[in-house]
Amino acid sequence: MKNLIIGLVALALAAPALAADSVSSVDAARVEKTVTSSFTNLPEGWDDRLKMDEAQRICTETRNQPSEQQADKIVEAEKAKVKMPDDGKVLGDWKAGEKVAQNGRGFQFSDPAGTEAGGNCYACHQLDPKETSYGTLGPSLKGYGKTFKFTDEAAKATYAKIFDAQAVLACSNMPRFGTNHVLNEKQMKDVTAYLFDPESPVNK
Amino acid sequence: MRSKAIGAALLGVGAIALTLSFTGLGSAQDGSNTNSSTSAAEIERYRKMIDDPMANPGFLNVDRGEALWSEARGEKNVSLETCDLGEGPGVLDGAYAKLPRYFKDADQVMDLEQRLLWCMEKVQAFDTKGIRAKPFSGPGRGSDMEDLVAFIANKSSGMKIEAPLAHPKEKELYEIGEALFFRRSAVMDFSCATCHGAANKRIRTTDLPQFDVPNKSAQASMGSWPTYRVSQSATRTMQHRLWDCYRQMRMPAPGYGSEAVTAITLYLNKNAEGGELKVPSIKR
Repeated sequence: MKNLIIGLVALALAAPALAADSVSSVDAARVEKTVTSSFTNLPEGWDDRLKMDEAQRICTETRNQPSEQQADKIVEAEKAKVKMPDDGKVLGDWKAGEKVAQNGRGFQFSDPAGTEAGGNCYACHQLDPKETSYGTLGPSLKGYGKTFKFTDEAAKATYAKIFDAQAVLACSNMPRFGTNHVLNEKQMKDVTAYLFDPESPVNK
Repeated sequence: MRSKAIGAALLGVGAIALTLSFTGLGSAQDGSNTNSSTSAAEIERYRKMIDDPMANPGFLNVDRGEALWSEARGEKNVSLETCDLGEGPGVLDGAYAKLPRYFKDADQVMDLEQRLLWCMEKVQAFDTKGIRAKPFSGPGRGSDMEDLVAFIANKSSGMKIEAPLAHPKEKELYEIGEALFFRRSAVMDFSCATCHGAANKRIRTTDLPQFDVPNKSAQASMGSWPTYRVSQSATRTMQHRLWDCYRQMRMPAPGYGSEAVTAITLYLNKNAEGGELKVPSIKR
Protein backbone atom coordinates (compact mmCIF):
# COMPACT_ATOMS: atom_id res chain seq x y z
CA MET A 1 0.00 0.00 0.00
CA LYS A 2 2.85 2.35 0.83
CA ASN A 3 4.27 1.85 -2.67
CA LEU A 4 0.89 2.62 -4.16
CA ILE A 5 0.57 5.85 -2.20
CA ILE A 6 4.07 6.90 -3.15
CA GLY A 7 3.27 6.05 -6.76
CA LEU A 8 0.09 8.10 -6.75
CA VAL A 9 1.78 11.05 -5.10
CA ALA A 10 4.59 10.89 -7.66
CA LEU A 11 2.03 10.84 -10.46
CA ALA A 12 0.21 13.82 -9.00
CA LEU A 13 3.45 15.77 -8.73
CA ALA A 14 4.26 14.96 -12.33
CA ALA A 15 1.39 17.22 -13.44
CA PRO A 16 2.96 20.69 -13.42
CA ALA A 17 0.93 23.08 -11.28
CA LEU A 18 1.25 25.93 -13.74
CA ALA A 19 -1.57 28.36 -14.28
CA ALA A 20 -2.17 28.25 -18.01
CA ASP A 21 -4.94 29.39 -20.27
CA SER A 22 -4.97 28.44 -23.93
CA VAL A 23 -1.42 28.24 -25.26
CA SER A 24 -2.50 28.44 -28.87
CA SER A 25 -2.27 31.77 -30.68
CA VAL A 26 -5.07 30.99 -33.11
CA ASP A 27 -8.77 31.41 -32.36
CA ALA A 28 -10.28 28.14 -31.12
CA ALA A 29 -13.41 28.67 -33.23
CA ARG A 30 -11.23 28.91 -36.36
CA VAL A 31 -9.59 25.58 -35.49
CA GLU A 32 -12.99 23.94 -34.96
CA LYS A 33 -14.05 25.26 -38.39
CA THR A 34 -11.10 23.42 -39.89
CA VAL A 35 -12.15 20.25 -38.06
CA THR A 36 -15.79 20.33 -39.17
CA SER A 37 -14.90 21.20 -42.78
CA SER A 38 -12.18 18.52 -43.00
CA PHE A 39 -13.98 15.56 -41.41
CA THR A 40 -17.22 15.41 -43.36
CA ASN A 41 -17.44 11.70 -44.12
CA LEU A 42 -18.74 10.50 -40.76
CA PRO A 43 -19.98 6.95 -40.23
CA GLU A 44 -23.30 6.84 -38.39
CA GLY A 45 -22.93 7.67 -34.73
CA TRP A 46 -19.43 9.13 -35.11
CA ASP A 47 -20.35 12.82 -34.64
CA ASP A 48 -19.09 12.77 -31.06
CA ARG A 49 -15.61 11.74 -32.15
CA LEU A 50 -15.03 15.27 -33.45
CA LYS A 51 -16.26 16.99 -30.30
CA MET A 52 -14.22 17.55 -27.17
CA ASP A 53 -15.60 16.83 -23.72
CA GLU A 54 -14.55 19.02 -20.78
CA ALA A 55 -11.39 17.06 -19.94
CA GLN A 56 -10.32 16.93 -23.58
CA ARG A 57 -10.94 20.65 -24.01
CA ILE A 58 -8.86 21.63 -20.96
CA CYS A 59 -6.04 19.22 -21.88
CA THR A 60 -6.05 20.53 -25.46
CA GLU A 61 -6.03 24.18 -24.47
CA THR A 62 -3.29 23.76 -21.87
CA ARG A 63 -1.31 21.16 -23.87
CA ASN A 64 -1.69 18.67 -21.03
CA GLN A 65 -0.44 21.14 -18.42
CA PRO A 66 -3.62 22.15 -16.58
CA SER A 67 -3.47 24.58 -13.70
CA GLU A 68 -3.85 23.06 -10.25
CA GLN A 69 -7.46 24.22 -10.19
CA GLN A 70 -8.20 22.75 -13.65
CA ALA A 71 -6.50 19.49 -12.70
CA ASP A 72 -8.58 19.18 -9.53
CA LYS A 73 -11.73 19.84 -11.52
CA ILE A 74 -10.90 17.11 -14.04
CA VAL A 75 -9.95 14.54 -11.39
CA GLU A 76 -13.12 15.22 -9.43
CA ALA A 77 -15.37 14.96 -12.51
CA GLU A 78 -13.66 11.78 -13.77
CA LYS A 79 -13.72 10.11 -10.35
CA ALA A 80 -17.50 10.40 -10.40
CA LYS A 81 -17.55 8.43 -13.69
CA VAL A 82 -15.67 5.40 -12.34
CA LYS A 83 -18.00 2.47 -11.71
CA MET A 84 -16.49 -0.35 -9.69
CA PRO A 85 -17.87 -3.88 -10.34
CA ASP A 86 -21.11 -4.65 -8.46
CA ASP A 87 -19.71 -7.92 -7.10
CA GLY A 88 -16.73 -6.07 -5.63
CA LYS A 89 -14.28 -8.34 -7.48
CA VAL A 90 -11.71 -6.72 -9.77
CA LEU A 91 -9.63 -9.78 -10.68
CA GLY A 92 -10.77 -11.78 -13.73
CA ASP A 93 -8.92 -14.25 -15.94
CA TRP A 94 -5.31 -13.21 -16.64
CA LYS A 95 -5.13 -15.32 -19.83
CA ALA A 96 -8.09 -13.42 -21.29
CA GLY A 97 -6.45 -10.23 -20.02
CA GLU A 98 -3.32 -10.99 -22.01
CA LYS A 99 -5.41 -11.12 -25.19
CA VAL A 100 -6.94 -7.74 -24.38
CA ALA A 101 -3.47 -6.32 -23.72
CA GLN A 102 -2.21 -7.62 -27.10
CA ASN A 103 -5.25 -6.57 -29.14
CA GLY A 104 -4.98 -3.19 -30.87
CA ARG A 105 -8.20 -3.37 -32.85
CA GLY A 106 -11.46 -1.56 -32.38
CA PHE A 107 -13.02 1.85 -33.06
CA GLN A 108 -10.88 2.52 -36.17
CA PHE A 109 -12.71 3.44 -39.38
CA SER A 110 -11.02 0.41 -40.94
CA ASP A 111 -12.50 -2.01 -38.37
CA PRO A 112 -15.57 -3.96 -39.50
CA ALA A 113 -18.70 -3.20 -37.47
CA GLY A 114 -18.86 -5.32 -34.32
CA THR A 115 -15.07 -5.69 -33.98
CA GLU A 116 -14.25 -6.35 -30.33
CA ALA A 117 -11.90 -3.65 -29.12
CA GLY A 118 -8.69 -4.41 -27.28
CA GLY A 119 -6.82 -2.37 -24.72
CA ASN A 120 -3.62 -2.36 -26.82
CA CYS A 121 -1.58 -2.09 -23.62
CA TYR A 122 1.58 -3.36 -25.36
CA ALA A 123 1.54 -0.39 -27.74
CA CYS A 124 2.77 1.75 -24.83
CA HIS A 125 3.80 -0.53 -21.92
CA GLN A 126 6.16 -3.39 -21.23
CA LEU A 127 4.29 -6.17 -19.37
CA ASP A 128 5.37 -9.82 -19.82
CA PRO A 129 9.18 -9.60 -19.88
CA LYS A 130 9.24 -12.31 -22.58
CA GLU A 131 7.24 -10.13 -24.98
CA THR A 132 9.85 -8.07 -26.88
CA SER A 133 7.37 -6.04 -28.94
CA TYR A 134 6.31 -3.35 -26.49
CA GLY A 135 6.14 0.43 -26.62
CA THR A 136 7.71 3.00 -24.34
CA LEU A 137 5.13 5.80 -24.26
CA GLY A 138 3.99 4.59 -20.84
CA PRO A 139 6.04 3.21 -17.94
CA SER A 140 7.10 -0.45 -17.81
CA LEU A 141 4.55 -2.57 -15.92
CA LYS A 142 6.84 -5.59 -15.63
CA GLY A 143 6.31 -7.28 -12.24
CA TYR A 144 3.43 -4.88 -11.51
CA GLY A 145 1.40 -7.02 -9.10
CA LYS A 146 4.52 -8.19 -7.29
CA THR A 147 5.64 -4.57 -6.82
CA PHE A 148 2.32 -3.85 -5.12
CA LYS A 149 2.52 -7.02 -2.97
CA PHE A 150 -0.64 -8.30 -4.70
CA THR A 151 -2.85 -6.35 -2.27
CA ASP A 152 -6.58 -6.12 -2.89
CA GLU A 153 -6.43 -2.37 -2.38
CA ALA A 154 -3.81 -1.89 -5.09
CA ALA A 155 -5.76 -4.12 -7.48
CA LYS A 156 -8.89 -2.00 -6.97
CA ALA A 157 -6.92 1.22 -7.55
CA THR A 158 -5.54 -0.31 -10.75
CA TYR A 159 -9.01 -1.29 -11.98
CA ALA A 160 -10.10 2.31 -11.36
CA LYS A 161 -7.03 3.63 -13.20
CA ILE A 162 -7.83 1.47 -16.23
CA PHE A 163 -11.47 2.60 -16.04
CA ASP A 164 -10.50 6.28 -16.05
CA ALA A 165 -6.83 7.28 -15.96
CA GLN A 166 -7.76 10.94 -15.50
CA ALA A 167 -9.56 10.16 -12.26
CA VAL A 168 -6.00 9.69 -10.99
CA LEU A 169 -3.99 12.11 -13.13
CA ALA A 170 -5.57 14.97 -15.09
CA CYS A 171 -4.54 15.01 -18.76
CA SER A 172 -2.86 11.60 -18.56
CA ASN A 173 -1.98 10.27 -22.01
CA MET A 174 -3.70 6.99 -21.17
CA PRO A 175 -7.20 6.40 -22.59
CA ARG A 176 -10.20 6.30 -20.23
CA PHE A 177 -11.16 2.74 -21.15
CA GLY A 178 -14.26 2.37 -18.97
CA THR A 179 -15.56 5.92 -19.11
CA ASN A 180 -15.37 5.97 -22.91
CA HIS A 181 -16.78 2.41 -23.22
CA VAL A 182 -13.71 1.10 -25.03
CA LEU A 183 -13.47 -1.93 -22.73
CA ASN A 184 -16.28 -3.63 -20.83
CA GLU A 185 -16.24 -4.65 -17.17
CA LYS A 186 -15.08 -8.21 -17.87
CA GLN A 187 -12.20 -7.04 -20.06
CA MET A 188 -11.03 -4.57 -17.43
CA LYS A 189 -11.19 -7.28 -14.74
CA ASP A 190 -9.18 -9.58 -17.01
CA VAL A 191 -6.51 -6.92 -17.61
CA THR A 192 -6.34 -6.21 -13.88
CA ALA A 193 -5.77 -9.95 -13.34
CA TYR A 194 -3.06 -9.93 -16.02
CA LEU A 195 -1.30 -7.30 -13.88
CA PHE A 196 -2.11 -8.79 -10.46
CA ASP A 197 -2.39 -12.57 -10.72
CA PRO A 198 0.76 -14.17 -9.22
CA GLU A 199 0.53 -16.75 -12.04
CA SER A 200 0.48 -14.08 -14.77
CA PRO A 201 3.72 -13.87 -16.82
CA VAL A 202 3.79 -10.17 -15.96
CA ASN A 203 4.83 -11.21 -12.43
CA LYS A 204 7.23 -13.99 -13.44
CA MET B 1 14.05 8.61 -67.22
CA ARG B 2 14.76 5.20 -65.81
CA SER B 3 13.98 2.46 -68.30
CA LYS B 4 11.10 0.13 -67.53
CA ALA B 5 13.25 -2.95 -68.16
CA ILE B 6 15.81 -1.87 -65.58
CA GLY B 7 13.01 -1.03 -63.18
CA ALA B 8 11.51 -4.50 -63.53
CA ALA B 9 14.88 -6.18 -63.04
CA LEU B 10 15.51 -4.12 -59.95
CA LEU B 11 12.12 -5.05 -58.60
CA GLY B 12 13.24 -8.67 -58.69
CA VAL B 13 16.37 -7.84 -56.69
CA GLY B 14 14.19 -6.00 -54.20
CA ALA B 15 11.94 -9.01 -53.77
CA ILE B 16 14.92 -11.23 -52.94
CA ALA B 17 16.22 -8.71 -50.43
CA LEU B 18 12.82 -8.51 -48.76
CA THR B 19 12.49 -12.27 -48.53
CA LEU B 20 15.87 -12.48 -46.84
CA SER B 21 15.10 -9.71 -44.41
CA PHE B 22 11.74 -11.13 -43.43
CA THR B 23 13.47 -14.41 -42.66
CA GLY B 24 15.93 -12.54 -40.47
CA LEU B 25 13.16 -10.79 -38.59
CA GLY B 26 11.19 -13.98 -38.15
CA SER B 27 14.04 -15.85 -36.56
CA ALA B 28 14.71 -12.96 -34.20
CA GLN B 29 11.14 -12.94 -32.95
CA ASP B 30 10.71 -16.68 -32.72
CA GLY B 31 13.70 -17.17 -30.48
CA SER B 32 12.70 -17.23 -26.82
CA ASN B 33 16.05 -15.96 -25.59
CA THR B 34 16.06 -12.78 -27.67
CA ASN B 35 15.51 -9.38 -26.14
CA SER B 36 14.35 -6.00 -27.39
CA SER B 37 17.85 -4.80 -28.26
CA THR B 38 18.23 -7.76 -30.63
CA SER B 39 14.94 -6.99 -32.34
CA ALA B 40 15.89 -3.31 -32.58
CA ALA B 41 19.14 -4.36 -34.26
CA GLU B 42 17.23 -6.68 -36.60
CA ILE B 43 14.85 -3.89 -37.55
CA GLU B 44 17.81 -1.60 -38.24
CA ARG B 45 19.41 -4.33 -40.37
CA TYR B 46 16.14 -4.74 -42.29
CA ARG B 47 15.93 -0.97 -42.83
CA LYS B 48 19.45 -0.82 -44.23
CA MET B 49 18.75 -3.80 -46.46
CA ILE B 50 15.68 -2.28 -48.10
CA ASP B 51 17.10 1.24 -48.25
CA ASP B 52 18.43 0.82 -51.77
CA PRO B 53 17.12 3.33 -54.32
CA MET B 54 18.06 0.95 -57.14
CA ALA B 55 15.64 -1.65 -55.77
CA ASN B 56 12.86 0.70 -54.70
CA PRO B 57 9.55 0.04 -56.50
CA GLY B 58 8.62 3.66 -55.71
CA PHE B 59 10.64 4.61 -58.77
CA LEU B 60 8.08 2.83 -60.94
CA ASN B 61 5.60 5.43 -59.63
CA VAL B 62 8.12 8.13 -60.59
CA ASP B 63 8.16 6.81 -64.16
CA ARG B 64 4.38 6.60 -64.37
CA GLY B 65 4.06 10.08 -62.86
CA GLU B 66 6.42 11.51 -65.47
CA ALA B 67 4.28 10.09 -68.27
CA LEU B 68 1.09 11.29 -66.62
CA TRP B 69 2.45 14.82 -66.13
CA SER B 70 2.85 15.26 -69.90
CA GLU B 71 -0.28 13.37 -70.96
CA ALA B 72 -3.11 15.42 -72.50
CA ARG B 73 -6.25 14.84 -70.41
CA GLY B 74 -9.50 16.47 -69.35
CA GLU B 75 -12.04 18.41 -71.41
CA LYS B 76 -9.32 20.79 -72.54
CA ASN B 77 -7.17 17.85 -73.66
CA VAL B 78 -3.93 19.40 -72.41
CA SER B 79 -1.14 18.19 -70.15
CA LEU B 80 -0.28 19.45 -66.66
CA GLU B 81 2.95 20.94 -67.97
CA THR B 82 1.77 24.54 -67.47
CA CYS B 83 0.69 23.85 -63.87
CA ASP B 84 2.34 26.25 -61.41
CA LEU B 85 3.47 24.38 -58.30
CA GLY B 86 4.78 27.57 -56.75
CA GLU B 87 8.06 28.04 -58.61
CA GLY B 88 6.44 29.13 -61.88
CA PRO B 89 4.44 27.31 -64.59
CA GLY B 90 5.90 23.90 -65.28
CA VAL B 91 8.85 24.33 -62.89
CA LEU B 92 9.31 21.08 -60.99
CA ASP B 93 12.82 21.33 -59.54
CA GLY B 94 12.58 22.24 -55.86
CA ALA B 95 8.80 22.78 -55.92
CA TYR B 96 7.95 19.97 -53.48
CA ALA B 97 10.55 21.14 -50.95
CA LYS B 98 8.57 24.37 -50.47
CA LEU B 99 5.07 22.89 -50.24
CA PRO B 100 2.58 23.48 -48.66
CA ARG B 101 2.65 27.18 -49.63
CA TYR B 102 0.30 30.05 -50.47
CA PHE B 103 -1.06 30.32 -54.02
CA LYS B 104 -2.39 33.70 -55.05
CA ASP B 105 -4.62 32.37 -57.85
CA ALA B 106 -6.46 30.10 -55.40
CA ASP B 107 -6.02 32.49 -52.43
CA GLN B 108 -5.23 29.42 -50.37
CA VAL B 109 -2.33 27.52 -48.84
CA MET B 110 -2.07 24.17 -50.63
CA ASP B 111 0.00 21.04 -50.34
CA LEU B 112 1.16 19.24 -53.48
CA GLU B 113 -1.90 17.01 -53.66
CA GLN B 114 -4.38 19.88 -53.31
CA ARG B 115 -2.44 21.84 -55.90
CA LEU B 116 -2.44 18.95 -58.36
CA LEU B 117 -6.21 18.60 -58.01
CA TRP B 118 -6.52 22.35 -58.56
CA CYS B 119 -4.38 22.17 -61.73
CA MET B 120 -6.31 19.16 -63.04
CA GLU B 121 -9.53 21.11 -62.63
CA LYS B 122 -8.35 24.54 -63.81
CA VAL B 123 -5.71 23.66 -66.41
CA GLN B 124 -7.14 20.44 -67.83
CA ALA B 125 -10.84 20.70 -66.89
CA PHE B 126 -10.35 17.13 -65.68
CA ASP B 127 -13.14 15.64 -63.55
CA THR B 128 -11.45 14.89 -60.20
CA LYS B 129 -14.51 13.31 -58.58
CA GLY B 130 -13.14 9.78 -58.98
CA ILE B 131 -9.75 10.75 -57.54
CA ARG B 132 -11.29 12.54 -54.57
CA ALA B 133 -13.45 9.50 -53.81
CA LYS B 134 -10.57 6.98 -54.08
CA PRO B 135 -7.27 8.88 -53.94
CA PHE B 136 -5.08 6.01 -52.73
CA SER B 137 -4.09 2.86 -54.56
CA GLY B 138 -5.42 -0.52 -53.46
CA PRO B 139 -5.22 -4.13 -54.62
CA GLY B 140 -5.51 -4.05 -58.42
CA ARG B 141 -6.03 -0.30 -58.51
CA GLY B 142 -3.33 2.31 -59.15
CA SER B 143 -3.37 5.93 -58.07
CA ASP B 144 -2.67 8.90 -60.34
CA MET B 145 -1.87 10.95 -57.26
CA GLU B 146 0.72 8.51 -55.91
CA ASP B 147 2.38 8.49 -59.36
CA LEU B 148 2.39 12.28 -59.77
CA VAL B 149 3.56 12.94 -56.21
CA ALA B 150 6.40 10.41 -56.53
CA PHE B 151 7.55 12.05 -59.79
CA ILE B 152 7.30 15.65 -58.57
CA ALA B 153 8.73 15.00 -55.10
CA ASN B 154 11.67 13.18 -56.69
CA LYS B 155 12.51 16.47 -58.45
CA SER B 156 13.24 17.88 -54.97
CA SER B 157 15.29 14.91 -53.81
CA GLY B 158 18.57 16.08 -52.30
CA MET B 159 17.07 19.48 -51.45
CA LYS B 160 16.14 20.80 -48.03
CA ILE B 161 12.62 21.24 -46.64
CA GLU B 162 11.61 24.89 -46.44
CA ALA B 163 8.68 26.45 -44.60
CA PRO B 164 9.39 30.19 -44.28
CA LEU B 165 5.74 31.07 -43.47
CA ALA B 166 6.24 34.41 -45.22
CA HIS B 167 2.59 34.91 -46.20
CA PRO B 168 0.02 35.68 -43.43
CA LYS B 169 -2.15 32.78 -44.61
CA GLU B 170 0.80 30.42 -44.26
CA LYS B 171 1.36 31.69 -40.74
CA GLU B 172 -2.33 31.24 -39.93
CA LEU B 173 -2.50 27.71 -41.33
CA TYR B 174 0.67 26.78 -39.46
CA GLU B 175 -0.97 27.93 -36.22
CA ILE B 176 -4.10 25.92 -37.03
CA GLY B 177 -1.86 22.91 -37.67
CA GLU B 178 -0.13 23.43 -34.34
CA ALA B 179 -3.49 23.63 -32.54
CA LEU B 180 -4.68 20.45 -34.30
CA PHE B 181 -1.46 18.68 -33.32
CA PHE B 182 -2.36 19.11 -29.63
CA ARG B 183 -6.13 18.64 -30.03
CA ARG B 184 -7.40 15.62 -28.05
CA SER B 185 -10.63 13.92 -29.07
CA ALA B 186 -12.44 10.66 -29.85
CA VAL B 187 -12.80 7.56 -27.66
CA MET B 188 -9.09 7.19 -26.87
CA ASP B 189 -8.41 10.89 -26.05
CA PHE B 190 -5.52 10.89 -28.54
CA SER B 191 -3.86 13.87 -30.17
CA CYS B 192 -0.84 13.82 -32.50
CA ALA B 193 1.20 14.85 -29.45
CA THR B 194 0.22 11.67 -27.58
CA CYS B 195 2.68 9.72 -29.73
CA HIS B 196 4.86 12.46 -31.25
CA GLY B 197 5.36 14.87 -28.35
CA ALA B 198 8.53 13.41 -26.80
CA ALA B 199 11.94 12.17 -27.92
CA ASN B 200 12.96 8.53 -28.39
CA LYS B 201 9.60 6.86 -27.84
CA ARG B 202 8.21 3.76 -29.53
CA ILE B 203 4.86 2.13 -30.25
CA ARG B 204 5.57 -1.60 -29.99
CA THR B 205 8.93 -1.74 -31.81
CA THR B 206 8.27 1.23 -34.11
CA ASP B 207 10.36 4.32 -33.39
CA LEU B 208 8.28 7.49 -33.23
CA PRO B 209 9.58 10.77 -34.65
CA GLN B 210 9.09 13.79 -32.38
CA PHE B 211 7.24 16.65 -34.03
CA ASP B 212 6.47 19.27 -31.38
CA VAL B 213 9.90 20.92 -31.60
CA PRO B 214 12.44 21.23 -34.44
CA ASN B 215 14.72 18.17 -34.34
CA LYS B 216 16.52 15.57 -36.44
CA SER B 217 13.88 12.84 -36.10
CA ALA B 218 11.28 15.22 -37.60
CA GLN B 219 13.70 16.09 -40.42
CA ALA B 220 14.40 12.44 -41.18
CA SER B 221 10.71 11.57 -41.17
CA MET B 222 9.41 14.44 -43.29
CA GLY B 223 12.39 14.04 -45.64
CA SER B 224 11.26 10.46 -46.36
CA TRP B 225 7.76 11.09 -47.77
CA PRO B 226 6.49 9.98 -50.25
CA THR B 227 7.67 6.49 -49.51
CA TYR B 228 7.20 2.97 -50.84
CA ARG B 229 5.55 0.95 -48.04
CA VAL B 230 6.65 -2.66 -48.37
CA SER B 231 3.85 -3.84 -46.04
CA GLN B 232 1.26 -2.18 -48.29
CA SER B 233 2.96 -2.78 -51.66
CA ALA B 234 2.27 0.86 -52.50
CA THR B 235 3.85 4.28 -52.64
CA ARG B 236 2.21 6.45 -50.02
CA THR B 237 1.97 10.24 -49.79
CA MET B 238 1.73 12.58 -46.78
CA GLN B 239 -2.05 12.79 -47.30
CA HIS B 240 -2.18 9.01 -46.82
CA ARG B 241 0.18 9.09 -43.82
CA LEU B 242 -2.02 11.55 -41.93
CA TRP B 243 -5.22 9.76 -43.02
CA ASP B 244 -3.72 6.62 -41.46
CA CYS B 245 -2.70 8.52 -38.31
CA TYR B 246 -6.29 9.69 -37.82
CA ARG B 247 -7.45 6.09 -38.35
CA GLN B 248 -5.20 4.98 -35.51
CA MET B 249 -6.40 7.91 -33.39
CA ARG B 250 -9.94 6.49 -33.78
CA MET B 251 -11.03 9.64 -35.58
CA PRO B 252 -13.11 9.61 -38.77
CA ALA B 253 -11.20 9.75 -42.07
CA PRO B 254 -10.12 13.28 -42.97
CA GLY B 255 -11.19 14.36 -46.46
CA TYR B 256 -8.58 14.03 -49.19
CA GLY B 257 -6.95 17.43 -49.68
CA SER B 258 -8.76 18.82 -46.63
CA GLU B 259 -7.53 21.87 -44.75
CA ALA B 260 -6.72 19.89 -41.59
CA VAL B 261 -4.22 17.65 -43.38
CA THR B 262 -2.46 20.57 -45.07
CA ALA B 263 -2.36 22.52 -41.80
CA ILE B 264 -0.71 19.65 -39.94
CA THR B 265 1.70 19.00 -42.83
CA LEU B 266 2.80 22.63 -42.68
CA TYR B 267 3.32 22.40 -38.91
CA LEU B 268 5.34 19.20 -39.30
CA ASN B 269 7.43 20.69 -42.11
CA LYS B 270 8.24 23.74 -39.98
CA ASN B 271 9.70 21.45 -37.31
CA ALA B 272 11.49 19.48 -40.04
CA GLU B 273 12.92 22.54 -41.80
CA GLY B 274 16.41 22.00 -43.16
CA GLY B 275 15.88 18.25 -43.41
CA GLU B 276 17.05 16.71 -46.67
CA LEU B 277 14.47 15.10 -48.94
CA LYS B 278 15.43 11.61 -50.13
CA VAL B 279 12.35 10.55 -52.04
CA PRO B 280 10.68 8.33 -52.83
CA SER B 281 12.12 6.42 -49.90
CA ILE B 282 11.28 2.86 -48.92
CA LYS B 283 9.96 1.67 -45.56
CA ARG B 284 8.45 -1.33 -43.91
